[in-house]
Amino acid sequence: MEFQLANVLVYILLGAITAALMLGLGWLLRPSNPERMKLSTYECGEPPSGSAWINFNIRFYLIALVFVIFDVEVAFIYPVAATFRHYVTSGQGMIAFTEIFVFLVILFVGLVYVWAKRDLEWLKRVPPVA
Amino acid sequence: MQQFADGLMEPGGPLAGISTPLGYVLVVALFAFLILNFIMLVAGVTSWVERRVWARIQSRIGPNRVGPQGVLQWLADGIKNIMKEDIVPEQADRFLFKAAPYLTMMGFFGAFACIPFADGVIAADLNVGVLYITAVTALVVVGILMAGWSSNNKWALLGGIRSAAQIISYEIPAGLAVITVVLFTGTLSMQGIVEAQGAAPWKWFLFANPFLFVAFFVFFTAALAEGNRTPFDLPEAESELVAGAFTEYSGLRSLLFFLVEWGNLYVIGAVATALFLGGWRVPAVTDNPVLLGVLQFLVFFGKSYFLVFIAMWVRGTLPRVRVDQLMSLCWKYLVPISFVNMLGAMVFFVLFPEGSPVVRFGMVAFGAALLVYFLSRVVFHIRRARPEFHLSPFA
Repeated sequence: MEFQLANVLVYILLGAITAALMLGLGWLLRPSNPERMKLSTYECGEPPSGSAWINFNIRFYLIALVFVIFDVEVAFIYPVAATFRHYVTSGQGMIAFTEIFVFLVILFVGLVYVWAKRDLEWLKRVPPVA
Repeated sequence: MQQFADGLMEPGGPLAGISTPLGYVLVVALFAFLILNFIMLVAGVTSWVERRVWARIQSRIGPNRVGPQGVLQWLADGIKNIMKEDIVPEQADRFLFKAAPYLTMMGFFGAFACIPFADGVIAADLNVGVLYITAVTALVVVGILMAGWSSNNKWALLGGIRSAAQIISYEIPAGLAVITVVLFTGTLSMQGIVEAQGAAPWKWFLFANPFLFVAFFVFFTAALAEGNRTPFDLPEAESELVAGAFTEYSGLRSLLFFLVEWGNLYVIGAVATALFLGGWRVPAVTDNPVLLGVLQFLVFFGKSYFLVFIAMWVRGTLPRVRVDQLMSLCWKYLVPISFVNMLGAMVFFVLFPEGSPVVRFGMVAFGAALLVYFLSRVVFHIRRARPEFHLSPFA
């Protein structure tokens, strides 16, 4: 096990080392003539108007919130899936299925709720201002 | 891998007499070096193949100047990018801006530790293999989001958060499709999943039952979206966001992101092959283990590269979807479909613990009929559009 985990570490570090070597080689070869206009932020050739570090659309947060719930759920299903074969071969398949079914139905109600609240709609109808 | 290293260090082996840790380090380093070259070659050549394939789809010729048929185009592009000036915008967050390519590269290389190339040829056959691959490829999102935020550019910011929203959303159908496979294998290990299948197409998981058939398409669609591929390439939609999260990156740093994109295409193909298309399984045609290993690698590579080709074909054919369509496709279609599909697969497994030959052969017949119908449509449309067309990629 340690051998394999060490291997995983080797590959993840290999990615960083490869990037570092390539950038290092580039650093030796590439020119460097910085000037003010070149270093300015690209905004279709116009001088940039203000910073880009601004509030962005709330919908991205909603998606992230829904994602967290469902991803945790998927993470919970993985161990069940890995042992499901064991349950089936020992004749307890229906019990395992019922349990995971109840778990999924509760979460599915969550998805239906989010759907009914129209939080999955990217384009929302704004009520007309009276 | 460990058994292989142990075998080399046995008395009489090529590495006999070396201390165990040193032998392990040598074997791991050698294999890592081979994989590194493999990654670079595949990512580079894929960039050329992709440009040629699009060109043929769009009735153009594509890059054909550097080397025979332009095969060395990717090397020329690499050299050009190494010589380019490296620009870090004044307004950017320098540290995050420079760290982002490293994170994407780490996530991308990490996935290769768990890809089964042949029998025993896998760097780390973790018992959580599939879960590890889904986890480590998600590191790419962090890199892209970091690149988008740190650039201090509106295009990059939009591209980065769009990419993050897209990749995390599609992770759920992809994860559920993977779980559908795991149900039938009872293991998350990549080699275990490959070994649960057979060499012949009717022993692949793709045709084992209708639920796995659906799961394959859900997985492939979700994987295309996770790899930011057309029709889901909104994060770098050239026509609206310039280059999305990579707008401010120049030269080598942007090359690293594109390397990851092309390389990830191969990772998608390889994972889909291992999960659904029988992986490296070949019939035992020879007793020579080396020859058999090479054959297994070639079969695995052929299948996974075929999926890469399908992804290129999709990219050359379909227009880009809108961002609201993208999100509703994921949450309103793929997520419910994969939920129901997984429950159906569980019921099927409880009813037929050994699998059902009737269903299996029915699925093979259905798949073959679908393929024949699809190819006949392809030929029909090619004939109709271009009567003079002949099927040669180099014409």
